[in-house]
Amino acid sequence: MTRIAEARNLKRHYVIPGGMGGKPALLRALDGVDFDLDVGRTLAVVGESGSGKSTMGRLVTLIERPTEGTLSIAGTDTAKALDHRARRTVRQTVQMVFQDPYGSLNPRKTIGAILEEPLVINTKEPRAARREQAIAMLAKVGLRPEHYSRYPHMFSGGQRQRIAIARALMLKPKLLVADEPVSALDLSVQAQVLNLMMDLQEEFDLAYLFISHDLSVVRHIANSVLVLYLGRPVEQGPKEAIFAQPTHPYTRALLASTPTVNPELRMERVKLSGEIPSPLDPPTGCAFHTRCAFATERCRAERPLLRPVGGRQVACHHAETVAES
Amino acid sequence: MPLLEIRNLSVTFPTAHGAFRAVDGVDLTVEEGDLVGIVGESGSGKSVTMLAIMGLVGYPGQVTADRLAFDGQDLTKLGRRQRRKLAGKAMAMIFQEPLTSLNPCFTVGFQIMEALRVHEGLSRHEARKRAVQLLGSVGIPAPESRLSAFPHQLSGGMNQRVMIAMATACRPRLLLADEPTTALDVTIQAQILDLLVDLQRSNRMAMMLVTHDMGVVAETAQRVVVMYAGQIVEAHSAGRLFAHPRHPYTQALLDALPERSLGRARLPTLPGVVPGAHDRPDGCLFNPRCRYRQPVCLSDPPALADDRVGRETGKIRCHFPLHPADLEASA
Repeated sequence: MTRIAEARNLKRHYVIPGGMGGKPALLRALDGVDFDLDVGRTLAVVGESGSGKSTMGRLVTLIERPTEGTLSIAGTDTAKALDHRARRTVRQTVQMVFQDPYGSLNPRKTIGAILEEPLVINTKEPRAARREQAIAMLAKVGLRPEHYSRYPHMFSGGQRQRIAIARALMLKPKLLVADEPVSALDLSVQAQVLNLMMDLQEEFDLAYLFISHDLSVVRHIANSVLVLYLGRPVEQGPKEAIFAQPTHPYTRALLASTPTVNPELRMERVKLSGEIPSPLDPPTGCAFHTRCAFATERCRAERPLLRPVGGRQVACHHAETVAES
Repeated sequence: MPLLEIRNLSVTFPTAHGAFRAVDGVDLTVEEGDLVGIVGESGSGKSVTMLAIMGLVGYPGQVTADRLAFDGQDLTKLGRRQRRKLAGKAMAMIFQEPLTSLNPCFTVGFQIMEALRVHEGLSRHEARKRAVQLLGSVGIPAPESRLSAFPHQLSGGMNQRVMIAMATACRPRLLLADEPTTALDVTIQAQILDLLVDLQRSNRMAMMLVTHDMGVVAETAQRVVVMYAGQIVEAHSAGRLFAHPRHPYTQALLDALPERSLGRARLPTLPGVVPGAHDRPDGCLFNPRCRYRQPVCLSDPPALADDRVGRETGKIRCHFPLHPADLEASA
């Protein structure tokens, strides 16, 4: 299998200015993530708001540069692709779909212009060829040719998300970063868009970096899962292993908190008290210990590293106990 | 006597192309201590129904009902002032986005105390004491010091707790919660739902929970009402409805849940969208999207009928309700 993206110890820190006389603070939005993503596979990134999911998306799409660590995309180390042209080629292989289809399409442009814009910027295709490609792409995402000259406000949320996906695919990318692509959609529309994403994945051999907080969607679409908490991975591995036996207390809490209509899937609620702590002032030791039922003295003092337990990587001192309980 | 009784409630908005019925003949009865879930896609009229009950549908919306009674009192005959005395006291509402429904210019303490001083006539000192108590009861740590916080200084979950404290300040008998957890993270959502259910039980309060999240309803509500294009299409107990949906729309919604398709490559989908003002079909409003459609569905709108399944009686609006046997065949 061909590797499309590979990250090692990926970090992104922000310096928050201290204001009047205050000291500037360091926000570790993403603090040491490793992942591999192969062609045609889906990696889901899961976590609460403030966990660093979207920062990860911004790094992979090269909107931002990592503070530390390496990220290679399609075999090119992004840190070494410094000049304009090299970055442009890398960027064409990665495209993005955003959460809110009402905010991510320019209301003043026709669908045709929206779809052709990536081609205008990145290729030298003549007008007729661009038009042809745009219309072909509309058909691929389940829209009709006459939609070409319409404006975004004439479409429903689900159709807009189809347009956003079509736009992302215009440059034939190999990796699509989808930041909560279905969370703004109604249930019936969500199913349509998820199916479309899976069809397109097969057709174009796309890899997805699927950022989501909805575990039932992740369980459906992902091959592997990366659970983030305060910028650090806490559990990471194949979907089957993680959903069959979540081994980090945080993953368990997330799973148990996800409401389900199926009484058999319902887990006993692991009560998570409190909220995600401020990333400006993360707890010592294991960042999760303030909300964890299994926390001991060791967790407060020593930060657990990722280690293999039962077919996945877990960052927890008590992973074995958690797995058994 | 039921706490809330609604017969044939309709809400219409005039548009350039004639009147649009956002809510179309809703019948609903809520007893004291009931927890009713209302589900449906966007545009199904769930939120407008809630606003109509609260008396918050503004001009040019028009609310009509054969009967809209709260605790035996006919709400349609009440004047605006009397209506306002009820809202926030005997019936209260929680909105979806806590940050936009709290006033950013006032501290959360002031906003909670306002309800207490207006409705209960408490003095400043008493109101303050009660506000601290309320913030504590909704699980806000260090309530005393939070009184002087502004909404922007609190997280989304904390703001929603403040909203709940405010809504329950005057011990309402009916709480309308419109998508109370949609904007929150799942772990916080679980906390807020637990809190709402605890409050509902301990105060014997009736609650109507509006949401588009089937899981949330399944885990909290006793009774579930499914709305489609402004109408109630099915109402049953939660257990019954999720195990054996009788209306094709309910079935299609449940089938679209990823968790129901574990291991399957593609999700069963429901083509089309909820009809809006201009594309209302004749006959059953769901017929363009229904896979069990028959000729009669295209011409005759089905009425909301009593539906007796086993020992329970629910409601169904369909010419051909699904039988549990059908379900097994299609599964």
